[in-house]
Amino acid sequence: MSATTVGRPGVPESVFDPEVHRSRLLEAERRARRSGWRRLIPRGWHAILLPLSLVMVAPFVWMVLSSIMTNAEINHAPPTLWPHGINRGGYHLVLRNSDFPRWFLNSVIVSVSVVISQLILCSLAGYAFARIGFRGRNVTLVLLLATALIPFQLTVIPTFLIFHDLHLINTLGALIVPQLTSALGIYLMSSFFQAFPKELEEAGRIDGCSRLGVFMKIVMPLAKPALAALAIITFIYAWNDLFWPLIAITSDKTYTVQVGLATFQGQHRTEWSAVSAGITLTTAPVLLVFLIGQRRFVQAITGAVKG
Amino acid sequence: MRTAVSPPADALTSERVAQTVRSAERRRRREDNVHGWAFAGPSVVMVLGLSFIPMVWAFWLSLTNSDLVSGGHYIGFANYSALAKDPLLKKAFTNTLIFSVLYLPAGLLGGLLTAMMLNRRIRGIGFYRTAFLVPFIASSAAEGLLFGFIFDPDFGVVNSILGKVGIPPQRFLTDPSQALITLAIVYFWTQFGFNVVIYLAALQDIPQEVMEAAAIDGARGWATFRSIILPTIRPVTVFLVVWGLIDTFQFFDLVFTTTKGGPLYSTITLVYYIWELAFNFFTAGYGAAVAYVLFFSTLIAIIVGLVYARRRGMAL
Repeated sequence: MSATTVGRPGVPESVFDPEVHRSRLLEAERRARRSGWRRLIPRGWHAILLPLSLVMVAPFVWMVLSSIMTNAEINHAPPTLWPHGINRGGYHLVLRNSDFPRWFLNSVIVSVSVVISQLILCSLAGYAFARIGFRGRNVTLVLLLATALIPFQLTVIPTFLIFHDLHLINTLGALIVPQLTSALGIYLMSSFFQAFPKELEEAGRIDGCSRLGVFMKIVMPLAKPALAALAIITFIYAWNDLFWPLIAITSDKTYTVQVGLATFQGQHRTEWSAVSAGITLTTAPVLLVFLIGQRRFVQAITGAVKG
Repeated sequence: MRTAVSPPADALTSERVAQTVRSAERRRRREDNVHGWAFAGPSVVMVLGLSFIPMVWAFWLSLTNSDLVSGGHYIGFANYSALAKDPLLKKAFTNTLIFSVLYLPAGLLGGLLTAMMLNRRIRGIGFYRTAFLVPFIASSAAEGLLFGFIFDPDFGVVNSILGKVGIPPQRFLTDPSQALITLAIVYFWTQFGFNVVIYLAALQDIPQEVMEAAAIDGARGWATFRSIILPTIRPVTVFLVVWGLIDTFQFFDLVFTTTKGGPLYSTITLVYYIWELAFNFFTAGYGAAVAYVLFFSTLIAIIVGLVYARRRGMAL
């Protein structure tokens, strides 16, 4: 009953190609042989991508592993790759006998304040630039975007002097105030609101809602995806900041976790597992936020680039 | 149906309608101005106030001998003429430039090639994207300390791997001739995921039909790449060049947490030098002058980078 024997009209005689048939059999056989450990070998582009992704992640895996190793295990040549047991000494030192918990709390206070403030101020400003035709809008928007070209390192010395005059140096206020709002946040929210359907807001206005009422009751609830993206980006940025806290904070009680970590290593030069535990605890919050909000984060950064 | 009845005195003439519309329009515009500035004002004042005022102030400082604590005296352009004779500034400037050149082409090419591998129906794309982005998310402080371990000459993993393939142990961050390259490698690792994700988003914007049409027209590998992929990703390449230049010229965090500019100033960068001048040696006036060098060299680098990319047909 093969195709060759049934000479159906319109079907050429040569439909059964022995060459093709043989190659298909060989392929099936080859696949069948790729059983057992052979199946673990990545094929095609995976052969490049898989090792590459391991190189990317391996330092973090080792970071977690070394935080439960003993100092002797870490300080061993050749290096220990897998801990022999769980050693809590590092975490104990970091959490009980150092200022680390306080630094962590400082970082939480700064990052959370900055995120809340940016969600409010950036969406208000972004909405104004996207929707309200006020005088000077275009000039102001250009000036805002131009600030992206001014490196913070150029303005850092006068910024230090400003906060010094305000008596905010060495307080968490010095870390919060410069980040209360941002040009990037305004830009992100403004481009989100531009793509937002106007009809809902107009309906709200006709129904007698004030502008602020429309913004609070209609626009903000629908802006949750953009707000989530802004919150994630702002949190990661605020949590990881090192340069400004390093300058604005001089007392070790007011350190953020990043500054603390940088000095921690100097104080505990031989306490390798404690340093590893500190690195792990410092990295955990941003990794958590990133893993939860990864899709929004990627959408936001690619969206911002494409404009 | 037209009648010649004159309208009553209080009827809606076209003129009165126009007048009402005009005044409503004026009221609306006034309201827009008030609302707009009420919404945007706080942000605008803060962002512009904390960038343009300090920018002008920094220029004023660069004309003084301020020691950060006191205002200092006006000394004209003495700081700027001292710049030219400062060997450390020359070192910091060259290091920053070398660092940019080491990282940028490799970063863009690596990102593009990997994005192209991911831009097909491939399994596990979510896993790869996450894995590549993790180093971009974690803080430079943590990563600096981590790579201090990994590149440790005596106990580090890298030397142990090199030893297995018969390469003698290297000094990495403690060797003046290797430290900057090592930092560029670490920096590549931190930025890689960002480049991949940005390029991948651009590649995914190319409609499948275009690629199929090109394939039917006989375009293969290189031809497709040159005539379809490269033109589509041009704007993104421009962005990544500018972004990469701004970022590498501000390179500081990893230096601070690994080498502190050493050994023998082999990893001192412009920003690290500015930080040292202003906040370690308290020569804020001179530091501000160096900061202006940073500002203008970033601008020039962006222009040169764009012109070069354009010549190579990669951008615009």
